[in-house]
Amino acid sequence: MSDASDLVLDVKNLKTVFFTNSGLFKAVDDVSFHVRRGETLAIVGESGCGKSVTALSLMRLVPDPPGRIVGGSVTLEGTDLLALDDAKMRAIRGNRISMIFQEPMTSLNPVMRIGDQIVEAVRLHRNLPVREANGIAVEMLRLVRIPEAARRAREYPHQLSGGMRQRAMIAMALACRPALLIADEPTTALDVTIQAQILALILDLQKELGTGLVLITHDLGVVAQTAQRVIVMYAGKKVEEATVEALFAAPKHPYTRGLMASIPAVPASGVAAQARLNEIPGTVPSLVRLPKGCAFAPRCKLVVKRCQEEYPPLQDWGGGHLAACWRAAEVAEEVA
Amino acid sequence: MSEALLEVTDLMKHYPVRAGVLRRQVGTVHAVDGVSFSLRTGETLGLVGESGCGKSTVARSVLRLVEPTSGQIRLDGEDITHLSKTELRPHRRSMQIVFQDPFASLNPRMTAGDIVGEPLAVHGLASGKALEARVAKLFEQVGLRPDQMGNFPHQFSGGQRQRICIARALALEPRLIVCDEPVSALDVSIQAQVINLLIDLQRQHGFSYLFIAHDLAVVAHISHRVAVMYLGRIVEIADKDELFRNPRHPYTQALLASVPIANPHAKRLTPLVDGDVPSPVNPPSGCAFHTRCRFAMERCKTERPALVEAANGHQVACLLNEGTGRSA
Repeated sequence: MSDASDLVLDVKNLKTVFFTNSGLFKAVDDVSFHVRRGETLAIVGESGCGKSVTALSLMRLVPDPPGRIVGGSVTLEGTDLLALDDAKMRAIRGNRISMIFQEPMTSLNPVMRIGDQIVEAVRLHRNLPVREANGIAVEMLRLVRIPEAARRAREYPHQLSGGMRQRAMIAMALACRPALLIADEPTTALDVTIQAQILALILDLQKELGTGLVLITHDLGVVAQTAQRVIVMYAGKKVEEATVEALFAAPKHPYTRGLMASIPAVPASGVAAQARLNEIPGTVPSLVRLPKGCAFAPRCKLVVKRCQEEYPPLQDWGGGHLAACWRAAEVAEEVA
Repeated sequence: MSEALLEVTDLMKHYPVRAGVLRRQVGTVHAVDGVSFSLRTGETLGLVGESGCGKSTVARSVLRLVEPTSGQIRLDGEDITHLSKTELRPHRRSMQIVFQDPFASLNPRMTAGDIVGEPLAVHGLASGKALEARVAKLFEQVGLRPDQMGNFPHQFSGGQRQRICIARALALEPRLIVCDEPVSALDVSIQAQVINLLIDLQRQHGFSYLFIAHDLAVVAHISHRVAVMYLGRIVEIADKDELFRNPRHPYTQALLASVPIANPHAKRLTPLVDGDVPSPVNPPSGCAFHTRCRFAMERCKTERPALVEAANGHQVACLLNEGTGRSA
């Protein structure tokens, strides 16, 4: 493993809760992970698993009320972000750590020119004259491969296509050369040919700039194509963590295994028409009424009595492959 | 599995673009620009393409939910393109639709039982106890419990709501069900449940699906044949296995290459197409794909390729290799 100086982000025991009328729910429950320089960590899970709240917690953008970060630490380049006051956090947000969202149209200001929005971000953090910041904006648009960058910089978001808008968002997020970029479902709203372009772009830029990347997605295909390491979340908890190769070769958590079996694959050849998919029965539990013990137990094929009584701890199954399951050993066997 | 249940010939749907105070027409959106296909009884035809390619407009035109500009729709041999609303009514029973968003397509103030029973009541097919019994049976068929009939849509999860929509579509024992992105709003683990349900129901009832989706893997799974659309036109249509094994249109090839595979050892994120889909207001001349095609020739800019048979049952609209497209 590399030394600590390589570590861009270190999250320890993060806990974010929401206080709602129907009760308190733990959206992120004791989640730890780290990202190294130039590394891509994917966070996968289905809706409501806490992956987006995790991202917002890193940015300290969890709406309060109803939400609050109640525990843990988020260390970015040696600074604990959770200990900073608001002004100091503002100086870091968009500067050392920035984020792109799923729907670029809702994150861009519709009445401001694209270039000006990047200029605004740049000047907020770096004391530069407008002219120079303008130059950086156009340079950034060129970097994300927007043709005729100088002309596009003078356009408004509605004049750009969905793919172009997401490129502009990436340009803005990277304008200050952050140490860490968080991408929350950056290609989910895009068509598949555009998705391929945007993912390739993000990875290229990451290599060029050495940025750490946290990629949040529900798409295991995207994970396999982009990330080095993965964490799988279910009902607010990290249930598995591994390198991409290890995870896809032998998932240790029954949920991960179920997810992989339930995605239809584009047939390379000779798949029988209308093959049945493996399904995970039931639905994701409500975070307000989580079952005692393992949250996945009600949907799990391998469930035993212990699962319903005691939450399984995260255990290392070799080479840093963590999984929280009482029967992880058997999951591995079944796959092999 | 031989006779055509649905035959669509040269379907067009153009929308006027109006601007200014006088709302003068300044352009035309070519949403569907000459689409022909047929669908056999018991068959699933997948319709794929990116947003704005016209796939949903095709679906809605087939059901006469939007009026086609021109072309012909034949259901069971009968031309339904110009039937009046009353004349169309008996045919409505044999065509149903399941929409993408199960949150928007269910009336929040009706109970699930009433929603599923409404088509039966509207067509005067059942009432009272008989209606209730039929609805209970429909609930069981789609994997819901009959005791949930009194619940309102908000009490169901996304996957369950889509089951309600499917039960409603089944109520009139249709021969054709149009599925417009039925699983794209659902989580992957739930998506598999709904796809399996659709497959099982088709095996039991023998109806046909026109299955619209942007997710190639989902379409590949459920379809017998697949049609690929680009800017209002079908560019390729073939049996599922043939299409995925031997795609001939450069656009189909690019689409397939863009799908991220869930296998880290098969890294291949190399986009085969640049740029965006052009606007359907002023679609490119000739072959609509020529602006993004790696193999575009001078001819492609002026000549619009017709959909022709390149191999047995495999039709492609591409000028390469004397109209047989590029072999993979």
